[in-house]
Amino acid sequence: MGSERSDATSDETGDDTALALKILVAGGFGVGKTTLVGAVSEIRPLRTEELLSEVGQSVDDIEGVDRKVTTTVAMDFGRITIRSGLSLYLFGTPGQDRFWFLWDELSQGALGAVVLADTRRLEDCFPAVDYFEHRRIPFVVAVNCFADARTFGAHEVSRALDLDRGTPVVLCDARDRDSGKEVLIRLVEYAGRRHTARLLDSVG
Amino acid sequence: MTDNSDGAERRHGSQWYDGEAGPLVRPYAMTGGRTRPASSGVRFDLIALVSPTQGATQPGDDVALGPEHRVLLDLCRAETQSVAELAAGADLPVGVVRVLLGDLLEEGRVQVRRPVPPAQLPDETILREVIDGLRAL
Repeated sequence: MGSERSDATSDETGDDTALALKILVAGGFGVGKTTLVGAVSEIRPLRTEELLSEVGQSVDDIEGVDRKVTTTVAMDFGRITIRSGLSLYLFGTPGQDRFWFLWDELSQGALGAVVLADTRRLEDCFPAVDYFEHRRIPFVVAVNCFADARTFGAHEVSRALDLDRGTPVVLCDARDRDSGKEVLIRLVEYAGRRHTARLLDSVG
Repeated sequence: MTDNSDGAERRHGSQWYDGEAGPLVRPYAMTGGRTRPASSGVRFDLIALVSPTQGATQPGDDVALGPEHRVLLDLCRAETQSVAELAAGADLPVGVVRVLLGDLLEEGRVQVRRPVPPAQLPDETILREVIDGLRAL
């Protein structure tokens, strides 16, 4: 229950310092992405649609509206207001493989990502792990502990996914707000460390 | 076995799209068929923040603006909104919202702030603030 006060007048000057940060929530179909976004977000998960062909350019030469008729992709997202002028936006990435190209836009400028995993079908999150590793986007793996799943230790999951050293693995309950918060905190901490490491690299 | 008529029908009355294809053309009717924002190739990020300017409301808006333009203005007037929120709030595809926002930007009715890439954050104070803020939730 932090600061609820907000400058009601900030709109007038258009608070130039307003800052928005983006976090992606990825993982296989049905692993609990929407649930996690909903659990930590202050607004009910909104869904937004993106027209498929808008980003799938150069598929063919037909210009304009004709290309805009293919399909729509729904994305979940939510928001957490840290303080007036500083918000965190969460985007649940589309699960199906055919929407991979959308990830490129989503991941641009992202602070980091949460890869949700279900130990009963760990392989579902391989593509997401690969994606973020290749693009050097900081991510944590959050193992959603479903009731009927055998529990594995973080270390076992890390080994099974062949994660780079240092990539955090967190056990969580995607339905639980505190648990979801903890996942996000671990991610932001990790992103901060990666960021610092990169800065040091570039000067040394 | 005259498959012919059958085949011809399939060709002409073609069902090359299906239910999953979503609404046909309609969304871009609101943009006059434009699929890209007018304002010099700006592509608004999903978390770019939109707020109204002092010139957001102008005389003659009833005719100058389409209903969707007005919806977007009303939404961001209530509270600074991200492009994604506007799309959800107005129930329009993000692509359409981008075009409409381009119009509003060009007319000086809104200002759009691009997100700062994490690599360009001034220092770690912001991230520390985020962590503290999350803990306090």
